[in-house]
Amino acid sequence: MGLIHRPEPDVVSYDPKGGDGWVTTRLDFLVNWGRANSLWPMPFGTACCAIEFMASAASQFDLARFGMERMSFSPRQADVLICAGRVPFKLAPVIRRIWQQMLQPKWCISMGACASTGGMFDNYAVVQGIDTIIPVDVYVPGCPPRPEGLIYGIMMLQEKVKRERGADTSLRNEMEPDPTSQLYIPSSAINELSEPFGNSVNQTRSGL
Amino acid sequence: MTTPITLVAAGSALPGDAPAPATLRKVDHRGGLPSPSVDALGAKFGTAVKRVDVVWGETTVVVDGGRLQEIVRWLHDDPSQRYEYLSDLTAVEFRDSEQPLEVVWHLRSIAFRRFLRLKVLLPRGTPLEVQSVWPIYKGADWLERECYDMFGIRFAGHPDLRRILMWEQYKEGFPLRKDFPLRGRFSRAEQLRQALAANPEARYSMEELSIADAFEDLPQEMRARLRSGEKTGE
Repeated sequence: MGLIHRPEPDVVSYDPKGGDGWVTTRLDFLVNWGRANSLWPMPFGTACCAIEFMASAASQFDLARFGMERMSFSPRQADVLICAGRVPFKLAPVIRRIWQQMLQPKWCISMGACASTGGMFDNYAVVQGIDTIIPVDVYVPGCPPRPEGLIYGIMMLQEKVKRERGADTSLRNEMEPDPTSQLYIPSSAINELSEPFGNSVNQTRSGL
Repeated sequence: MTTPITLVAAGSALPGDAPAPATLRKVDHRGGLPSPSVDALGAKFGTAVKRVDVVWGETTVVVDGGRLQEIVRWLHDDPSQRYEYLSDLTAVEFRDSEQPLEVVWHLRSIAFRRFLRLKVLLPRGTPLEVQSVWPIYKGADWLERECYDMFGIRFAGHPDLRRILMWEQYKEGFPLRKDFPLRGRFSRAEQLRQALAANPEARYSMEELSIADAFEDLPQEMRARLRSGEKTGE
């Protein structure tokens, strides 16, 4: 396991022997470096994925290495929403509100099969992927993912954060849902995303 | 309404020198000994007891729905029965569309260490309604709400028969009924639209809060809102 090594952009130049006592860098680099290494998670754990998330946060895997040791149980002080577990329709307005309460900059990790796609719960009660409710940055596959998987997802998110440009303000625009339907994406796209697949493809909506 | 509780020494089913209950070792699938409550029920209620099955040593009594509350009240109150614990309440629908729905009550007598399963049959084509046992067991409140939510069976006499698992405005029907499609009746987008329209803070209505014992502990502002008659429940 590991990320493909990419050379760090050469933006810090510092000559310790020069005696100048100053460093030059890009502002983006500095800001993103700070953000990427202090992502405070807002844990939204609803199922067994939350157990793996707790394991990731505990001493063996130690999320503190990524500056994430501080769980933000208030969305207003959180940077990254980690949705660990299935989300039933009854929780859809709750997670939507938590996301709206988080301040920019904010990111979202969808942890596990259920949060990402509904998983095996292709039924009347479960949201078929939280990306139909809130925008998601990183999907972590697995049922549930091991802590290594989640940490890999977190490192991917860190990479994403490090590539952001401060000049691109559209990144930080709050998505506004459609005022009548409260949906971010068109109904047809949601229906298409929620199509059954795999073994359940032969089931029909009409009867038993 | 409640009988005074006599402490029963461990290992004896009745106060005094009654024989101690023994764990049955070899239990027949069918035709075991029915619970002693069955004879008493038969003697007391006669034709209201419609059928008795003993399966794996557990007694199931099918009773007349019209006299259910009376029967449960007697089982709860009578000193020779003392079924003081309602351990479960649920319903069964069979795939065979001719078969009636069954509503099931699991009663337990802690004093006598007895278990009794009551059933009421709701034939097809009749309104799905039975008497509530809430006046006898307060714990039946949420069990009956769940049964109503999932099967659409109405419990006459329940003080607050609302959905409990699905949100209150859920329009698709009753999910555990056999004619309910697994993925629900509406499209996913429509389901999501309706779910997002629900107000997450309406889960606990002001009416519920106002009857809570903790009313005096509520914040000043909330008490004031309650006094002014504000309602948030939908």
